[in-house]
This record gives sequence, structure tokens and C-alpha cells, in this order.
Amino acid sequence: MVSRAVAAADRSFGRRAAGVAAQVRRADGVLAVAVLALAVISVLAVWSSTRTWAPGATGLVKKHILNLGVGTALAVAVTAVNHRVMRAYAPLVYLVALAGLVLVITPVGSEVNGAHSWIMLGGGFAFQPSEFAKLALVLMLATLLAQPAEGSDRPRGADVLVGLVVAAVTMGLVMFQPDFGTTMVLGVITASALVVSGMRKRWLVLLVLAVAGAGLAVWRLEVLEPYQVARFTAFLDPSTDPRGVGYNSTQSLNAVGSGRVFGKGLFGGGQTMGRFVPEQHTDFIFTVVGEEFGFLGSATVVVLLGVVLLRALRIARRCEDRFGLIAAGTIVCWLAFQTFINVGMTIGIMPITGLPLPFLSYGGTATFTNMIAIGLLQAINLRARL
Amino acid sequence: MIRMRRRLVALQLLMVSLLVLLIARLWQVQVVDGAKYAAAATETRTREVVVPAVRGRILDSAGRPLVRNRTTLVISVDRTELGRMEDGGRAVLERLGAVLGRDPEELRLRMRPCDAKVSRPCWAGSPHQPIPVDADVSTAQALQIMERRELFPGVSAETQAVRDHPGGSAAVQALGYLQPVTKEELERREGLKAEFSGVDMAGRDGLEEVYDDELRGTPGRRRVQVDRLGRVLGVEHETPGKPGLTLITSLDAKVQAVAEKAIAEAMKSAPKADGAAAVVLDARTSRVIALASAPTYDPKVWAGGIREEEYERLLSDEAGKPLVSRAIKGEFAPGSTFKMSSVAAMFRAGYPMNGRYNCPGVYMVGSRAFHNFRGRSLGSMTLHTALVKSCDTIFYRAAYEQWLKDGGLRPKGKPKEVMARTARAFGFGRPTGVDLPGESPGRIPDRAWKKRTWAATKDVNCKNAEDGYRDLAKTDGGRAAFLTRLAHENCLEGYLLRPGDAANFSIGQGDVLVTPLQLAAAYAALVTDGRLRSPRLGWALVEPDGTKVREIEVPVRGTLPISAAERAYIKRALSQVASDGTAAGAFQGFPMKKVRIGGKTGTAEVYGKADTSWFASFAPVEDPRFVVVAMVSQGGLGSAAAAPAVRKIYEGIYGFTPKGKPAPKALPAGAPPARPPVIKKDGTLTW
Repeated sequence: MVSRAVAAADRSFGRRAAGVAAQVRRADGVLAVAVLALAVISVLAVWSSTRTWAPGATGLVKKHILNLGVGTALAVAVTAVNHRVMRAYAPLVYLVALAGLVLVITPVGSEVNGAHSWIMLGGGFAFQPSEFAKLALVLMLATLLAQPAEGSDRPRGADVLVGLVVAAVTMGLVMFQPDFGTTMVLGVITASALVVSGMRKRWLVLLVLAVAGAGLAVWRLEVLEPYQVARFTAFLDPSTDPRGVGYNSTQSLNAVGSGRVFGKGLFGGGQTMGRFVPEQHTDFIFTVVGEEFGFLGSATVVVLLGVVLLRALRIARRCEDRFGLIAAGTIVCWLAFQTFINVGMTIGIMPITGLPLPFLSYGGTATFTNMIAIGLLQAINLRARL
Repeated sequence: MIRMRRRLVALQLLMVSLLVLLIARLWQVQVVDGAKYAAAATETRTREVVVPAVRGRILDSAGRPLVRNRTTLVISVDRTELGRMEDGGRAVLERLGAVLGRDPEELRLRMRPCDAKVSRPCWAGSPHQPIPVDADVSTAQALQIMERRELFPGVSAETQAVRDHPGGSAAVQALGYLQPVTKEELERREGLKAEFSGVDMAGRDGLEEVYDDELRGTPGRRRVQVDRLGRVLGVEHETPGKPGLTLITSLDAKVQAVAEKAIAEAMKSAPKADGAAAVVLDARTSRVIALASAPTYDPKVWAGGIREEEYERLLSDEAGKPLVSRAIKGEFAPGSTFKMSSVAAMFRAGYPMNGRYNCPGVYMVGSRAFHNFRGRSLGSMTLHTALVKSCDTIFYRAAYEQWLKDGGLRPKGKPKEVMARTARAFGFGRPTGVDLPGESPGRIPDRAWKKRTWAATKDVNCKNAEDGYRDLAKTDGGRAAFLTRLAHENCLEGYLLRPGDAANFSIGQGDVLVTPLQLAAAYAALVTDGRLRSPRLGWALVEPDGTKVREIEVPVRGTLPISAAERAYIKRALSQVASDGTAAGAFQGFPMKKVRIGGKTGTAEVYGKADTSWFASFAPVEDPRFVVVAMVSQGGLGSAAAAPAVRKIYEGIYGFTPKGKPAPKALPAGAPPARPPVIKKDGTLTW
């Protein structure tokens, strides 16, 4: 099915320009502004956390600005593409992502912090296929589940099964790196796609039970290597690894808490300057916000993230086609999960997991992926509104 | 599609509640508990560094340093950091040992925390403080370590101030030494606990201990910001320290050197001598000009922590216990130097000053015969002559008469004990109160003392009397019988002051014990204004820039119980000893016309040992400015060992050569300085 708008846009340049102007007007401005505001805060936070690495160290923050710029360009580009076209290309996108995941566990990939998750591109640039795989899985599942069963508004059983296989393969490959955090995000993406697609509740319950049973079996049958079990128990209970994870948790809480109401001001955070919080520019970026901008700043960031999520949900709710709705709804759940887990771990209500905070953490692939997701939401908003 | 949207609404509810939860938790962490986390953060982010204050110098009365500071390179090891290594830092210590030329095992021992069960070497300071394992390393050694820091994690080389004694072993016992402060010492000190780190030293013994608070100053504190690796990012807050005060003493480095040389030579000339002491006092003020004790040791052993064997050696008998100052801690029978107290007691008991007394060769005290020195009979004489010629029998008789007057063995009512009471009034039997720690009180064996001793020993004596030394009886029946009789006597009557005890006491023999400083203080009172003072070494405390903080007064602790005329009589008699009396030989050729020396020799018998040699003196006799006392343990006759040592000290003070020719004077004024020197801002001295 080809959209009339696209067909019309193809007819003449003048009309096309007029179309673009109309699209800009119809884009979700609130969402765009919230994301840009987060990007600005992100630049400041990454700058603050990396400037003490070396005298006059601005290399990383420059790279981050570049990443955000490229990400924004990608978002705009994706916005311009009809999401139904994307649906057609979804299997291809998914295969590319799968290839990336396979490639990363071969010697081509590099190990960082114990996980074989990176493909080094040279020149200080690296690519993280598992980040991209999130987006690919969203598209693939939305494509599969968009076709309703005959005379029903629920997905077809066969499509659900294929979707589960697709999800399992993706998660299996990521687990192999091993990267439990991303695996869980992929699990959340799969679950929310199934929920949003209108799958029967009893099937959902059965599925949850089956996954739990399988997990227990794997656990009991000792299929996993001991170190994998250790990682998992440390994930569930940080006190099993107090010197590693427990330290992070304490330092992170100290940093956020010492920001008090108004914060210590940009570059004024002693915990940040002393680099007491590990991985502060990536997974623990929220501690910079907490320490330097205080409760007012961190609550603002949470509200901005909330605006992004609620606007995305609004887009999903107002979408008139199943693909758009499932894709948008799944993206919201993915971003919400990462937001809650990440902010939660820095303030001591969630276990420490290696998940970046959407739009704030430093990291090229994650930034691109998040921005493309925003672009996708805007594309859906433009063309599939009620 | 409606079902799908319904589900989205449910998701929205979930998301909003999670966001509210996050904000609520942020409120709790940042607003409610913010102060707590901020405090915890400050603690991890900053380190309190103690900057020890420069310890004050100790100067002599001419402003010459007796103790000063010198900077050395000290190698310290952070125990916490080594503990984090997989092998507990063993490899690091191996490498460090190789560079320093020390046994790695010894380095490890030095880092153990000290406690009741752990003996030296060990670390008595805070476990969080880097532990100095080697002081005074060469620059080359320090560079080997600091240029390859990756091989020596936790090891640091820093300059540190250590004590330097320009005079070497001079006056070491009086000056004292420093050791790292112990936990117990920290707890005893108020308000300083937080300010102390393990590198801080505390004065042990001597002036370093007594004036520790003043010399130490106030350590500075620096709060530095550190990063997660402990690297210093900057100084957050600094409280500058206050350097310690300079202690000006009345000691004179030159007189001290002369005195030490004199007693060292006296010990060499007396083959059995095992220790000696010399005291030089300003006669009028009782300020200490020299305080010497032999044997001595090199104070360098304390720098950087003393080694186990070295410490054991300093405490051992073979080395002569050089840590012990015999001048204030050595208790010896004073012999005839004590007779000035007995003459004073006779005056108090009513013996006339201008009377004549017979000095027979032997005097019967009860049923026991007491002899003059070498049993010589000297005929009838005044008390003046009795002092000059050192007659004993006159004193035996007086002591016996007083003992009888008190009621003999079992006095009715309270006995007067004039001899013992007079001795106490001269300052014997109690510490002089000098500004040095660990002074001995000496001993006055009066009736009360006899009772106390008997109570403490009677159980053993009575048991021995009963058992009759059975084992000894098998080999030596006679001795066993004697000892049994003695034990029996002591068991039944040991609490009684026997007439022989009283007689011995009068000539400074038997159970009476004095320290050289006590004797000097008593002589100073006798030959000047009759006031007994607590001698002082410390004279003034001044700021490093010379501002005087306070002058240390010499407390008067009593007045001699005799009149000025009686004191003058005794002084006149003692004035003849060096020229005509028992010390005449020792002072042969001394220019008495220039400076006339007065004094009294003493030769005290010690059971099983050679005699203790004494000479207590003052000069010039007309208006005494100096009191000099010398004592040589197991030195023999007073005139043979102690008197020549005293002569050498006077020769040094006044600048005489042995033949009486003038030489450079140790005290150019020929008298003690009247005031402590004033240090001007530019560091020069005036008086």
C-alpha cells in the first residue's frame, strides 16, 4: 500500500516542498523539543564528567555532539520516510542487525568490560550491534504482528510463533556476548509488542509461565557456565558482589544525594570531578545531573523523559494502522524500561545493570538508535494519525 | 484496535506511576536525606592530611643548640594499599628491601601494629597512616623508588624533620628522645586526638617528655580533594600549624662536655667503676648547668625507629643501662658527704657549735664496736675539724645518744628522730622536683621506714627462720645457722630501729640512699641562702621568632632547719676540705688563691661491691656560684675518683690547666649567666 501523500509528493518539486512544510507543522513539536532539551543537558553532563580525564579534555564531548548531530539528522531522515515503506524493509533491516550480532561474537568484535559487544571501526569510532538490534526487533515484531487474524483484531498464532523465534534468536545472540541488560531490553520489547498487538491474556500468561519455566530449567540443569550464573546473581542482588557493584551503588547514591535541592552547579560536583562514580559518562550519567543540577535538575530530566514517553504513547494511541501502533507502543515500552532501570539504579531502587539512559548517556550507536526511534515515531505521527 | 488502545492506556498508567515513583525517590535521596549523602560524599572525596608542626629546638644558656631539627628522606609504606595486593605486598617489600639494603622480613615486622603481645619492631601509630620503614635514606635510594613508582605502589619517599643532636651523646639522658606517639598517649591527651597522625612523635624521657606540649607545637591540618585513585586534586581547606616553642635551658654545652669528659675519665681510672654522674648547679638559683651520666649512648639510634636488638642492648646490664640518668635516678649511699646534715641535726639537738668532741678510733654503739676510717684516733676536736678530717666516731656517738634519748628500741610516745628529720629537711628521701621525668626519691631509713619494710618482708623472713635454710645447711652449716638467726631476728624484731642503724645513718651509710641531684640541691641550699629549691633545666620558652612566652621559675620547696650562723659554720668547715682536708690531695696544685673550692668527700660502702666515690663541692667559698657534685659508682675513695673529676669540672669552668695556668673558660664570665639569652628576630642572641 502506497500512501497518497508520498505519491503526491513525488509529483512535483513545488508540491514536495509544500508537503515538507506541512509535515514540519504536523510533526510532534513537544516531543522534538523535549528530546532536544535532553540532548543539551546530555552534552553538559558528558562534558562535566569527562573534562577531568586530562587537562583540557574535550575530545569525548565533541564526539558526543557529533553523535547527537548525526542522530538528529538520522531522525529527520527517518521522519521523511513513510513508515509503511519501513515495514516493507523490516526483514532486511532485521537480517542486517542479525549479521551484526553474529559478526560481533567472531574475532571481528572486541571485548569491553567483559562483554563482546563492539565492532571497532577505527579512528576511535565503534559500533554496538546489540543497540541497533533493539530497533530491528521492534520493526520485525511490528511487521509480523501487524497482520490480524481473520475476523479478529488479534495477531495470528503463526505470526506470534515466528515472532517468538525471531526474538529468541536475537536474545540468544546478545546473551552470548554476554549482555544481560540488552537481553532484558529485547525481552521487554518482545513482551510489549505482544501485549500491544492485542494477544490474548491467557496466551500472555502462558508465555510468561513458559519463559519462567525455561529459565528455571536452565538454572537447575546447570547449562550456564558458573560465571554466567555469578553475573546473574550479582544482577539480582548487588550485595553478592559488594566490592564491584556495591561500590558503584554507594558512590552513585552519594553523588546524586549530595546535589541536594539546587545542585552544585555545572562543573561544581566534587564526586564527579573525583571520578568516584564509574562509567559516569555512560551508564551513570544521571549522577552528574543529580549532583550538579540537584533535585530541580534531575526531576526536570525525569519529567522531560516522561514527556517523551507520554508523547510517544499519544502517537501510538492516535495511530490508525496496526503496524504503527505496535511499533510506537513497543518503542515507548523499550525507552520506558531503560529509563526506569537506569535512573532507578543510580538512586538505589534498581539493581546495577549496564543499560544506558536514553538520550543522555554517551554512546554512538545508542544515540543513533534512540534518535532513529524518535524519527520513526514522528514518521508514524505524520502519516498514520486518526 | 480498541483493545490495543486500551492496553496502551494501561501502559500509560504504569509509566506515569513509575515516573512518579522515580521523582518521589529523588525527593527522598536529594532533599530529605541529601545532607547525609553529602556528608558521606565529602568523606570519600576529601582526605585530612596532618602536617606535623616543626618541633621546637632545645638551646643551652648561650643559645647553642642542644637539640635541633634536620630534614631527612624517609621511606614510608601504606599498609592498606599493600593489603589490597594479591600477595599482601610481599613482592613490593622484596623490591624495597633490595633497594634499601634491608631484610624484607624486617620491613614487614616494622609494619605490624603494636599491641601487648607484639614487641618491637612494630608500628604504634594509626593504621591509616603511611608507616616510615626507613629514615635517612640517600637521595639515590629515594630516586630509585620514586622514578619507578609502578614497581613500588604504596611506597612513598618524603622529607621529614628528625631530631639532631649537635653534641652527639652529650646530655642525652637529660634531653630525652622521641618515639612515635602511642594510642595510649593519644588518649591521655585532650583535644589533640583528631590532630594526631601516626607520624607524630612524642617526647620520651628527659626534657623532650616534660616540655613535650610546648615543644610539639600545633600540627596543621590540610583538607585535600582527592579523586578515586587518591590523587590530590587540590586543597579545600588549610589550617596552618604552629611551630613548637624553643626551650632555652640553663645547661651550658661546654660545661656539660667538660663534666662528661671528667666522669668518663674517672670511670677509666677506677677499674671497677660501673657508672658515674656529675651535677653542676648555679648555687644561688639551683638552675642546672650540667647534668652528666655515664655510660652514655648515641641518640642517633632513635632516628627512624629503634631496632629490637639495639633497644634491648640499651636496657641491658652489660651496656651499663645508658638510658638511665644516674644523676637523677641513681640511688646510692652518700657516705660522709651526708655529714653536713648530721652536723645540722646535732645543732638542732643542742650540741654546742663551739664545743669540743673526742674522736676516738672506736666507739661502742651498744655492744657493737664502730670504727673510724682505718681505726685512727684523732683526739679532741671541734665539729669543724670533724668535718674537715672526716671523723666518724663523733657522729656515731651523737646518733646513739639521740637514739637513746628517743627511747631506744621501743620508744614511748613519738620519737624526735632528729637525724632523719633533718635529712628530710635537706631534701633527702623525696624527689627534688626537677623538671625531668622518673626521678628517684632516695631513702631515709627512719623508724617508720623500718616498720614498712618489716611488714613487707616478714613473711619471707619468718618462713626462712622456721625452715632454717635446710638446703644450705647440708653444705655450709655455719652460714645457714647465721642466716637463720638473722631471719629469726628480722622476723621478730625487724621493725625496730637498732642503734647500729642510727649510727650508720649519721655517716651516710647503711640504708640511706640519695641521688647526686638531691645532694647537689642540698649543698646549694646550705652554702647560699638556706632555701631548698627544685632544680630546673628549662629556663625560658620562646616563640621561634624570639618572643618570650614565659620564663620557667625555680620553685622554693623548703628552708633548711638551721640558722644562718650554723650554715655559715658548716660552710666554713667544708671550705677547708679541699685545701687541708680529705680532698687536699686531689686538689694539689689547683689555684685556690684564684678560686677557693669547698666541699666534702664521701666513700660509701656497698655490700658486695666496691665503694661509691663522692665529692660534693661549691665554689668560690666566699660567695658560692657553683655547686658541683660527682659520684662514681664502685669508684673507690671519694678523694680518688670523684674529687679529681670535680676538679676537672672547675678547671673547665674557670679555664685552668691541671698545672694551674689559665686556659679558655667554659663560662667566660666565671659565673653562671644571670638571665636566659634573648633571641632577636634576626636569630642573634643578647642577654
